[in-house]
Amino acid sequence: TSLSTIHHRRKIKNSAGDPLPITTLQFTLVFLEIYNNMDRKRSSLNLFEDIDLNYKATELRLGLPGTDDQPEIKTSLSGNKRSSSEMESSTCTDENESRSASPTKEQVVGWPPVRSYRRNIVQGKKESSEMGSGMYVKVSMDGAPYLRKVDLKMYRSYEELMEGLQKMFKCIIGLYSEREGYNGSQHAPTYEDKDGDWMLVGDVPWEMFITSCKRLRIMKASEARGLDDSL
Amino acid sequence: MVYSLPEEVLEHVFSFITLDKDRNAVSLVCKSWYEIERWCRRRIFVGNCYAVSPSIMTRRFPEVRSVELKGKPHFADFNLVPEGWGGFACPWISEMSRAYPWLEEIRLKRMVVTDESLELISTSFKNFKVLVLSSCEGFSTDGLAAIAANCRNLRKLDLRESEVMDLSGHWLSHFPNTCTSLESLNIACLGSEVSFSALERLVGRSPNLKILRLNRAVPLEKLSTLLCRAPQLVELGTGAYSSGIRSDVYSSLSKAFLGCKELKGLSGFWDVDPSYLLAFYSVCSRLTSLNLSYATIRSPDITKVISQCPNLQRLWVLDHVEDSGLNAVALSCKDLRELRVFPSDPYIADANVTLTEQGLVSVSEGCPKLQSVLYFCRQMSNSALITIARNRPNLICFRLCVIEPRAPDYLTLEPLDVGFGAIVEHCKELRRLSLSGLLTDRVFEYIGRHAKRLEMLSIAFAGNSDLGLHHVLSGCDGLRKLEIRDCPFGDKALLANVAKLETMRSLWMSSCAVSYGACKFLSQKMPMLNVEVIDENGSLDSRFDSCPVEKLYIYRTVAGPRSDMPGYIRTIDRDRVNTIS
Repeated sequence: TSLSTIHHRRKIKNSAGDPLPITTLQFTLVFLEIYNNMDRKRSSLNLFEDIDLNYKATELRLGLPGTDDQPEIKTSLSGNKRSSSEMESSTCTDENESRSASPTKEQVVGWPPVRSYRRNIVQGKKESSEMGSGMYVKVSMDGAPYLRKVDLKMYRSYEELMEGLQKMFKCIIGLYSEREGYNGSQHAPTYEDKDGDWMLVGDVPWEMFITSCKRLRIMKASEARGLDDSL
Repeated sequence: MVYSLPEEVLEHVFSFITLDKDRNAVSLVCKSWYEIERWCRRRIFVGNCYAVSPSIMTRRFPEVRSVELKGKPHFADFNLVPEGWGGFACPWISEMSRAYPWLEEIRLKRMVVTDESLELISTSFKNFKVLVLSSCEGFSTDGLAAIAANCRNLRKLDLRESEVMDLSGHWLSHFPNTCTSLESLNIACLGSEVSFSALERLVGRSPNLKILRLNRAVPLEKLSTLLCRAPQLVELGTGAYSSGIRSDVYSSLSKAFLGCKELKGLSGFWDVDPSYLLAFYSVCSRLTSLNLSYATIRSPDITKVISQCPNLQRLWVLDHVEDSGLNAVALSCKDLRELRVFPSDPYIADANVTLTEQGLVSVSEGCPKLQSVLYFCRQMSNSALITIARNRPNLICFRLCVIEPRAPDYLTLEPLDVGFGAIVEHCKELRRLSLSGLLTDRVFEYIGRHAKRLEMLSIAFAGNSDLGLHHVLSGCDGLRKLEIRDCPFGDKALLANVAKLETMRSLWMSSCAVSYGACKFLSQKMPMLNVEVIDENGSLDSRFDSCPVEKLYIYRTVAGPRSDMPGYIRTIDRDRVNTIS
């Protein structure tokens, strides 16, 4: 069961009675909080409800164990109670049911068998981008009548972003150099960062840029030079 | 009349025998060979630090130069072993500092090492050369500073994947200016920035430096400086591989790589900016090892790089490589021995990348020397596994992780028994196997019947009954390590195969169906085994034999029960003590 399926099914209403879609992030946080407070004892003991433990089990025998039992080759997932309830509890609407059910992938400890430093590295990248799809920022160009929006996640490098902006605004932005900025062209791309400062695009690594960029502004070169001089 | 060769001659002959197995065999021939051999054994490997005690080791082998120890069970990598379980290096290091003044090499894996121990190492061994701490924890950069400062002839400092308390990057400056012996330095796991000027000077005065693995904090702009200082490098791990738009960085990086004529292995590549990938193209044709498993770049970029590397023997990559990238591998990398494909997003249900069983099938077809596979994917079929097995009977290590537990063959919805059965049947030299997907007792029947060379087996969410475990324990003659989680295996198979347990290094079972009574019985009947029941929640009621155990770790030992067990480990001795007191 993917979280997105759960997301679509769960809606809470606001005071006006209109359903409010709960974001995947909010749902995950609530779910994790419930799970972490669960009494884990229950879930581990559930595993043994089907198993008949008797003292015969401690007997040493020469024959193959289980020769009196007929081993069934089961093709369904009903190996034990836990797994069958995993299939049933896809709605996860009942806390108690989810407690005895096999947890979703995120909750099974140590599965898939990926080491924690590997998980962190890739997830670190995920967390750095916004939840939900797209990372849209407004783009204004000096002299243009209206603003546009671009999805920063569509680009993988500054080159691609510049290409996209140049196509969108039919302008030439030109080449960046550390010393000169965007000298030699009519326009210079700037962005507003998390602190509210206006920065020249291109100084910091791409990943850092897309997490701190709140909006873009393509300035006229003459104005941009003023930006440069003040540095 | 007994006619034998003089001791010196025998010693000289024995010096050519390096494998532990062979050394052990030599020592069993007769008393005098035992004596000669024990005096000239220089390397010791202890696969389970609790199987033997430090004093037993030093008593038998007085002239050791290199010791390798392993601590926690493998499943500790996936957080299945609780905190404080053990694997403490301290008693070993204390004993070695007393008994082996000429010790040169220490290699530890999954052990808890303290700063005090590191300091002791740095001051006890005058000719100390090699320290490898693999997946270790418990120490800080202060301990590293002691090693740097005191080990005059240090050749190798390798912290691979250890968890280090990173207090500051200053420790690196403790290498004295006279230290010029460094051959290998791996600090990739460190979080904080090391002093770059100290690093640059260290690299500059180490003419024998062959392996350098930087941490993420070393910026790309500085990499060319280091490469220019060490053009003799054979293996390089970069730091973060992105920068602003800096054409000067790009050009100096390209030039620096051009100067590295010996470079054969690359790793690192955190935060990759694809536009910088071309910078190391000059090296690609010589590369035998490439680790892009931290690089979240997309398939076309990965494919471009891989197609430039015809001599690749080892490739580690994220599932962003996709089937198309693996097709490129199959076409270009005819010398490939080892492939590892890691999941970029292990926790989402649906694949966001097109990596399927097809990629692995292509590589198995195109790469005749492929021996070792680690593959995470979201779908698998019996026919794909059968094809892989037929293509590559030379596989030695096959670890497949289908991400969804108990996922069946996606084409037929049947269990993957037949597929894995084909793997063990065709790959007669298979030494390591990890199973996943929907599996019944049948697959274990195949494994028991065919996998005679198998040494390590990992099982999760598989099987129907004790018969499965019985097949493995009774059939796999070479089995040394068995780790099982979430399988319906109980007492019967264990108790029917007690003798087997003494021939193995260790057995781990968690979330299975073993009862406390069976553990007690095993413990009583088998004094050469330590039977450790892990009861984290405190829910184990020892009055009831039928009470199930959460986690169980059984290993053979000549050192008796260990004295450093945390409170949550239950043994019969402890219970006896508790009932008496």
